Amino acid sequence: MARPFDVRRQRGFTVVAAFCFALLYLPIVVLVTYAFNAGESIANWEGVSLRWFVAAAGNAQVIDASIRSLQIATAAALIATTAATLAALATTRTAPYRGQAATFAALNLPLMVPEIVTAVALLIVFARIKMATGYTGLGYLIAAHTAFCIPFAYLPIRARLDGMDLNLERAAADLYATPVRAFRHVTLPLLWPGILAGFMLAFVISLDDVVITEFVKSGGQETLPTYMLGQLRRVITPEMNAISTAFLALSIVVVTVFFLVSRKRD
Amino acid sequence: MSAADAIAVAGVTKVFGSGNGQVAAVDDITVSIRKNEFFTLLGPSGCGKTTLLRLIAGFEFPTSGAIWLDGADVSDTPPFRRPINTVFQNYALFPHMTVEENIGFGLKMLNRPKAEIAERVAAMLKLVRMEALAGRRTNQISGGQQQRVALARALAPAPKVLLLDEPLSALDYKLRKEMQIELKRLQAETGITFIFVTHDQEEALTMSDRIAVMAAGRILQVGSPREVYDAPADRFVAGFIGESNLLPGTVERVSGGLASVTLSVGGRIEAVAPDGFSGGGPATVVLRPEHARLMPAAGAPEGAIAGTLATAVYFGTDTHYHVRLADGSDFTVREQNRPSVEARFHAGDAVAAVVEPRAARLLRERP
Repeated sequence: MARPFDVRRQRGFTVVAAFCFALLYLPIVVLVTYAFNAGESIANWEGVSLRWFVAAAGNAQVIDASIRSLQIATAAALIATTAATLAALATTRTAPYRGQAATFAALNLPLMVPEIVTAVALLIVFARIKMATGYTGLGYLIAAHTAFCIPFAYLPIRARLDGMDLNLERAAADLYATPVRAFRHVTLPLLWPGILAGFMLAFVISLDDVVITEFVKSGGQETLPTYMLGQLRRVITPEMNAISTAFLALSIVVVTVFFLVSRKRD
Repeated sequence: MSAADAIAVAGVTKVFGSGNGQVAAVDDITVSIRKNEFFTLLGPSGCGKTTLLRLIAGFEFPTSGAIWLDGADVSDTPPFRRPINTVFQNYALFPHMTVEENIGFGLKMLNRPKAEIAERVAAMLKLVRMEALAGRRTNQISGGQQQRVALARALAPAPKVLLLDEPLSALDYKLRKEMQIELKRLQAETGITFIFVTHDQEEALTMSDRIAVMAAGRILQVGSPREVYDAPADRFVAGFIGESNLLPGTVERVSGGLASVTLSVGGRIEAVAPDGFSGGGPATVVLRPEHARLMPAAGAPEGAIAGTLATAVYFGTDTHYHVRLADGSDFTVREQNRPSVEARFHAGDAVAAVVEPRAARLLRERP
């Protein structure tokens, strides 16, 4: 009897799949393993130890860069999610209008523009503003991160709104809810998982950005990724592995928390 | 509007689109809906019935004309300030709230005290027989139960008018029949004016106090179910509500409200003429299939409509006989079945249809 086509029964499927997974995860497994190395090398195993985690935790530069990364990611993700929520409401909860397609394009274009182009453009514009105002604070990095985070925050929020019946807001209005109260009691609670997903995505994207940060940052404004990049050019010790492992753990925690929260909401 | 009217729609037009793409979904409609009435807007999809309902609800605003509610012009009032509630076609229940919270939502938005809301919600749950499921999420209950919750939610704030947008269309046949009876009961118990939108003529006939038949953005006829069924105003109403035979002919004379019509397929019919009809000449007669009887052509009285039986279709309660007339057109006769009596006629038989007195009506032709 002829069986229906099943990609899993094709010759060589298992080998290809195993190879792809190995390529994805083996380097990470190696990286995490050597974070616990007792020796100075990232290639020779000399026993289990937490010394590199202790070293990283005691490294003032690492702590400084981590705090800055979290500050930028939190601020950028908050602003980007707010802007993306408003943009998503405006593009889905209104009657179709002229230029709607252009609005979508403008919102999503940053995903297509090569990051290096944005980085150079921002470098030039910010350099002028710095000269004119003398301000050299974190504002530039937060503005830059906000800009490239908006489309990432927009996508899950828009997807959530697309699946939401417009009659729900009509029903709320029909039942004496003013537009503000309809938003507060119906739209916002239903949109919440989408907003949370948008925030998490924006947060993670901001946290590990290198290219734009490298171009935009002023002196002494290292973030964790740019600090690590700088260190890798010099001596490589398992301290880098330890920092990366902590970074990975943070991402897993963030994603897990989001998953649990969104599941409870539905 | 008179004091007995709950809603008065005065010359309302609603145009969608712009430039060459302009469409009048509602075209200069004037109609009054009385207090405590079960009023139905009936018509095919795209006839403007849902747009008219949305204009009354306040989800759309008229391009011209006015809508009056209980003596006040509400044409520009937003929906959250109109004491009118809606049961949506897809129910639009709030998925993040329980059954109770859904039902109490309107009262909460009206800032009523908590104790009053709880009391009213309990009464509504009892009214729609959903007490046992008060704490459930709306995605944990069946379609029929969601329907009841939607009704309770719309009735809870005691609106002056309840709008129902094809609320039964998603239910299966048996549940739909139950809900029809349920809706009539609710309307009688609450005394609220119901405006019901449907494309199902049977639903309209069984439930309504009055029906407005709509097509192409206009109301063609308003009347009791009996009036629109027995005395359709025109060809469209006759065709849309129930089945009907349309027979062209010539009016010979009119006397005492009865027109004597010679049919172009042969035969003669006495048809009830519309009020004030006096002319002669060409006209169309409408006749319901159940108002004719079939007999063998041999021995048929003079004036009977003669033809050949094309098919006999058994429907359980009755049998539909499709008779081919002299000009090739189809004429339907419906006869009730009796126990253990076989079909009286078979395909190919020469038959004649005899019409019950005062059953046929002359159609008023529109210019």
